[in-house]
Amino acid sequence: MKYVKQIGIIMTLSFAGEVLHEIVPLPVPANIYGIVLLFLCLECKVIKVSAVREVSKILIELMPLMFIPAAVGLIDTWGLIQNAWMAYLVTTVVSTFVVLFVAGHVTQFVIRRTRAKAQADELDTREVLEQEAKEA
Amino acid sequence: MKGFLETSVFFGVWISLAAYLIGWGIQRKWKLAIFNPLLIAIVLVIVILLLTGTGYDVYYEGAKYISYLMTPATICLAVPLYEQLELLKKNYKALLLGILAGVLTSLCSILLLTVVFGLEHGAYVTLLPKSITTAIGISISEELGGYISITVAVIIITGLLGNMFGEAACRLFRITEPIAKGVAMGTSAHVMGTSKAMEMGEVEGAMSSLSIVVSGILTVVGAAVFAMFL
Repeated sequence: MKYVKQIGIIMTLSFAGEVLHEIVPLPVPANIYGIVLLFLCLECKVIKVSAVREVSKILIELMPLMFIPAAVGLIDTWGLIQNAWMAYLVTTVVSTFVVLFVAGHVTQFVIRRTRAKAQADELDTREVLEQEAKEA
Repeated sequence: MKGFLETSVFFGVWISLAAYLIGWGIQRKWKLAIFNPLLIAIVLVIVILLLTGTGYDVYYEGAKYISYLMTPATICLAVPLYEQLELLKKNYKALLLGILAGVLTSLCSILLLTVVFGLEHGAYVTLLPKSITTAIGISISEELGGYISITVAVIIITGLLGNMFGEAACRLFRITEPIAKGVAMGTSAHVMGTSKAMEMGEVEGAMSSLSIVVSGILTVVGAAVFAMFL
């Protein structure tokens, strides 16, 4: 029954996400409500990680496969893009890598600055302690 | 045979799985970013459909059962995210600033490029949600009057780029902190980038999952504002 329960929990959250999407007038899809709901349930210990671990592992591993059907659908979209495909493609490629660069570096910069500051603080405290020790 | 494919329940799922496994085998043999299992699978399925004269609708009739799992699978990303809760709390400032910077960069770069290429408003709002998860992207595009099927196409191409070249790009751009790598992958290439980030490491995967949610929500607001600029 272990896996039935795990699937049960995940499907319950999927459906709850759908319900929220239906009643809340925001363009937030079911999967975003679902991920937030599961996170909150785990955080508030309503659901234990062990109660969803195996099935979530399987589903996450299967994930790349799930993109194939939509991506194959590109053959039907080609007719629509044909005229301006260069503009769409260049915009998509350039913007993707610029975003990757900026998001990564801003995060890295803040992490490193915070870390350096913490180290400096630690160093200061040590110096003060040493000073006090000397004076004593 | 053609008549059989049209009624087959398992053809779509089988061909997708088989193509993905072949792609995976090819990548294991030649470790090059261009031999991405996902890309190989997509190309293989398209080629087979064209060669056998099978329509996309016939393929999708079976393959939709794989897509069906997308929502439950995305929800499961909360598990690795929760397992990195301490890291999340400790670095919340860096995470939020990084994702916010990424979203603004996405919107600004699209505005700039559509002006450069002289595209009209419809194409502009079609492109605005390109870096976020398909489900939110579609509703934003629809709301702002974009071409939905093109939005889906650019979202998938974006994800594919992140999935294929994201890891190499992090190396090239000297993004070395695992947390920063995760944010870069998730903010630029949504779920498809995240699925690669999961392979890169637990921290990368968790931070990338977080980025999907936060960047998705920020883009809902951001795209509505940016839509007024052109």
